[in-house]
Amino acid sequence: MATKSGILKTSVAKKVAMALSGFFLMFFLLQHCTINMLSVISPDAFNETSHFMGTNALVQYLLQPVLIFGVVFHLLMGMVLEQKNRASRTVNYAYSKPAASSSWMSRNMIITGIMVMLFLGLHFYDFWLPEIKTKFINGDMTGMLSDGSGYRYFEELTHKFVDPIRVVIYVVAFVFLSLHLMHGFQSSFQSVGFRKNTWTPLIQKLSMIYAVVIPAAFVFIAIYHHLAHH
Amino acid sequence: MNLTLKIWRQKSPSSKGEMKTYPVKDISEDMSFLEMMDVLNEELINKGEEPVAFDHDCREGICGMCSMYINGEPHGPDRAVTTCQLHMRKFNDGDTIHIEPWRANAFPVLKDLVVDRSSFDRVIQAGGYVSVNTSGNSQDANAIPIPKENADLAFDAATCIGCGACVAACKNASAMLFVSAKVSQLSLLPQGEVEAKDRVLNMIDQMDDEGFGNCTNTGACAIECPKEISLDNIARMNREYLSASVSK
Repeated sequence: MATKSGILKTSVAKKVAMALSGFFLMFFLLQHCTINMLSVISPDAFNETSHFMGTNALVQYLLQPVLIFGVVFHLLMGMVLEQKNRASRTVNYAYSKPAASSSWMSRNMIITGIMVMLFLGLHFYDFWLPEIKTKFINGDMTGMLSDGSGYRYFEELTHKFVDPIRVVIYVVAFVFLSLHLMHGFQSSFQSVGFRKNTWTPLIQKLSMIYAVVIPAAFVFIAIYHHLAHH
Repeated sequence: MNLTLKIWRQKSPSSKGEMKTYPVKDISEDMSFLEMMDVLNEELINKGEEPVAFDHDCREGICGMCSMYINGEPHGPDRAVTTCQLHMRKFNDGDTIHIEPWRANAFPVLKDLVVDRSSFDRVIQAGGYVSVNTSGNSQDANAIPIPKENADLAFDAATCIGCGACVAACKNASAMLFVSAKVSQLSLLPQGEVEAKDRVLNMIDQMDDEGFGNCTNTGACAIECPKEISLDNIARMNREYLSASVSK
């Protein structure tokens, strides 16, 4: 029997790819959170790090496109898997009790994922697009404020969180991210086949810690700057 | 006890089905669920109506034929039992019980509660076997040393009766628990190791071709499985698949 040729042809291969892109995005989220936390601890350190990340050629021309690809891939593959899953049961049960055997988070990854992606649209509008405009359209790679009094990154960050509606949107988005990660983190390990009696309980605990601590840190940063700079 | 049954009735694979309501009276709590269905069918036959078609065979929880989705769960509210081992004492007098067939495009409804599970047979035919010489001089299987741990894991996987509750429970109608149990029960043993790579690749290909969904690791399959097949088998199959994909 001839097996399917090419990568990502089978359901298992697609799930492995989904898990690997998930691992990559979770690693990115961790470093993003760490850098953002600098804005609370030391505005100068935050400015320095942001300037490095914003002007370093490796980050800008290699890691940034890889990151964008990772986000788009994760979204599109999620859609492909969801479409196949829905097509696998076109007549649904009249009466069903899914909560008896699975968590809400595990059954609604597509909903929490889409909510996170919608938030990313706002996040790109808030930070990424102005950054691209400043650096690559206006050609200003200095990272300085218009009056030249210092780096602009910390000022831009705190300015965004003055608006309470934006802070509320950020908080809600990170609640959805937390729900997404509660299942996604541990599920990624299962998809790549990493499951052992000795390790799985630890992975499940780590999953919960990561899914709560990282989004909570982002929420803390948004609320902190709102209160500190209102 | 007196009960109200809401049962899926469908005359043929192509006809449109619907939920119909049947009251049943004086049901003993010591009856099995299938015996309760027998009582209903006798009443329907006596009234000149078409009895409810449902699959059953051994009624001992080992054949995997009974396949009812009862009150929103495969094999009903009890854990680690098939429908034939579900007893009416799990219900209360006056209850309304919803009874539906497994729902999956790979398990088309034939009639009422009977579904066609031959897609599982085709997955097995794709690789769920070991090729051995049966000319009369084959080696005694017990002559091959097997670590106790592997023998136990293989046996646990082999307890899968192929009832399809995993597919019925999964929100994606995924067959990963069934396929992974059948992959594991062979690949963990020396006799199955030789064809392990082809097996996992071919069985997953066939699983996809049959129209089962993807595994999203909700774990519902393992919880609803009457034989408590572990999710460890799915992880093992994923590992074997990855390994076979890059080396085959």
